[in-house]
Amino acid sequence: MTDDLKAFEVVDERKGSSRSEGVRSLRADAWHDLRRNPLFWISAALIVLFVVMAIAPGLFTNTSPRETVLSEARTPPSSENWFGRDVQGYDLYARCIYGARASILVGVFAAAGTAIIGTIFGLLAGYASGATDAVVGRVAEIFFALPLILGAVVILTALPPSDEYFVIVFKVVLVFWILGWPTIFRLMRSSVMQVRPNDYVQAARALGGSPWRIVTSHILPNAIAPVIVVSTINLGVYISAEATLSFLGIGLQPPTISWGVMISDALVAMRSAPHVLLFPAAFLSLAVLAFIMLGDAVRDAFDPKSR
Amino acid sequence: MFKFTVRRLLQMIPVIIGATFLIYWMVFSLPGDPTAGKCGDRPCPDAYVAQFEEEYNLNDPLLVQYGKYMAGVVQGDFGESYYGVPVSEELSERFVVTAKLGLMALGIEAVIGILAGVLAALKKGGFIDNVVLVSTLAVIALPLFVTASVLQLYLGIRWELFPVTVGSDTSFYALLLPAFVLASVSLAYLARLMRTNLSENLGSDYVRTARAKGLPQSRVVGVHTLRNSLIPVVTFLGYDLGALMGGTIVIEGIFNIPGVGNYIYRAINDRDGVVVVGAVTALILVYLFANLVVDLLYGLLDPRISHD
Repeated sequence: MTDDLKAFEVVDERKGSSRSEGVRSLRADAWHDLRRNPLFWISAALIVLFVVMAIAPGLFTNTSPRETVLSEARTPPSSENWFGRDVQGYDLYARCIYGARASILVGVFAAAGTAIIGTIFGLLAGYASGATDAVVGRVAEIFFALPLILGAVVILTALPPSDEYFVIVFKVVLVFWILGWPTIFRLMRSSVMQVRPNDYVQAARALGGSPWRIVTSHILPNAIAPVIVVSTINLGVYISAEATLSFLGIGLQPPTISWGVMISDALVAMRSAPHVLLFPAAFLSLAVLAFIMLGDAVRDAFDPKSR
Repeated sequence: MFKFTVRRLLQMIPVIIGATFLIYWMVFSLPGDPTAGKCGDRPCPDAYVAQFEEEYNLNDPLLVQYGKYMAGVVQGDFGESYYGVPVSEELSERFVVTAKLGLMALGIEAVIGILAGVLAALKKGGFIDNVVLVSTLAVIALPLFVTASVLQLYLGIRWELFPVTVGSDTSFYALLLPAFVLASVSLAYLARLMRTNLSENLGSDYVRTARAKGLPQSRVVGVHTLRNSLIPVVTFLGYDLGALMGGTIVIEGIFNIPGVGNYIYRAINDRDGVVVVGAVTALILVYLFANLVVDLLYGLLDPRISHD
């Protein structure tokens, strides 16, 4: 009896191992590919670094980003101030570290929010189809007609100015939600429509699964991959767009510390003190780059066509 | 083709009405004072607020307000700027400059983007492919205003190759550097799109058939694959026009080009809401019509679309 059981276990083990080498699920396969991609590790490391910077800037520096030494304004990098001081005499290194929070907050909330709104409406339109699809589709088309920066300019000039840190950040995030969800919606809708005719969905329906169950446990997990990829790339795009809006004077504004605000302040002094521009621009670009590279790496891993 | 065109035109109407309503509603009905900043740092006197509300029908119900506004827009009335100059007057003068800049950028984008994408796709993993991938990533990661300022400093001020700012001289040469910067980000996306499309198509069955027939590489790529890969690119160019328009606000601001973007850039700084709304609405209308043209063109490029 016990021997029999043992024999079973052995067989089971073999089965398990042969499964992991031979036929892998799409997700396991993608992870297998990702692990071998150096770009994935570089971008993941950068993202972890920036997120830690955003949560706990105190780990990286003891200098206050709001402490100004006017007499030392525009001094180039030295052993005391690693990145030098900016136009107002602030320590650039400290400000670059503290600036991560606003940019990462905007990027994460904007990307997560558009992903959630777009996914919900995409599931609704793609699964329900018919009249619901037509209505949601028409509404999305209207929002889709407003290009990101143009739309943001209009909405942000209309919203009342504010001094609260979170209100300032939230306004920019809100604008990205309003203008960004149709992209995700379109993606999700077409992805759902590809998944819906599959046999396992038909089987679940034949077995009497409720629409809620079919959508959440069969359609959503199989249709979400493109949304995750595009949202990751968009996270970088939103960080960059925030900087552009801050440059135009309608995104984040001082006293908020963000890379975008720092860069637009630095442009005035570019000719005499280029390092004031260099460091925040480098931080911003690295963050944007990290998210775009991560999205690309995940896409390559999930997309069988690219192999 | 005729049915397709008519249907597309009809679909356009609700989008135009919806988009303009959305803008109007967000600007005039959201919390926030449309006269804010019009009287310096102080709140406006009641008499001025009353006159402003009268002029823009702010006391009517929202739909009536919007109807009156749209009736004006159809007749070319986009409101008046802070200085009492009609927005439409400024727009008609400035539009020529922006159109020139935009078309130049679009041309640069299409030519360099497609070329880079094709060269990269032909030898995937090769030297040119890697150069294209790395350089496009770098361009995408840098915000437009940083690229513009840095190039302005080096090419304009330090090395004196291009005029630093454009001003009233809007010649081809003066607009070349701004157009190039404006095109840069879109160009990078386009090159990547072209690369993916072409390399996917190069692996398809009809390419194998063409090769098996013994056609030379130039014909396989140039005639068979390129045309099919161009279809998504045309769609991208239409969609991307919106990003280019957003970019003109930044670029025309930095290079002081007297176009629509510059007008919006200044209006943002003056907090002149009427100008911002009027000019942006005008740009979005142009954007929507351009996309309509692209869609009709798409029907010509790909006969399957217009016959369903």
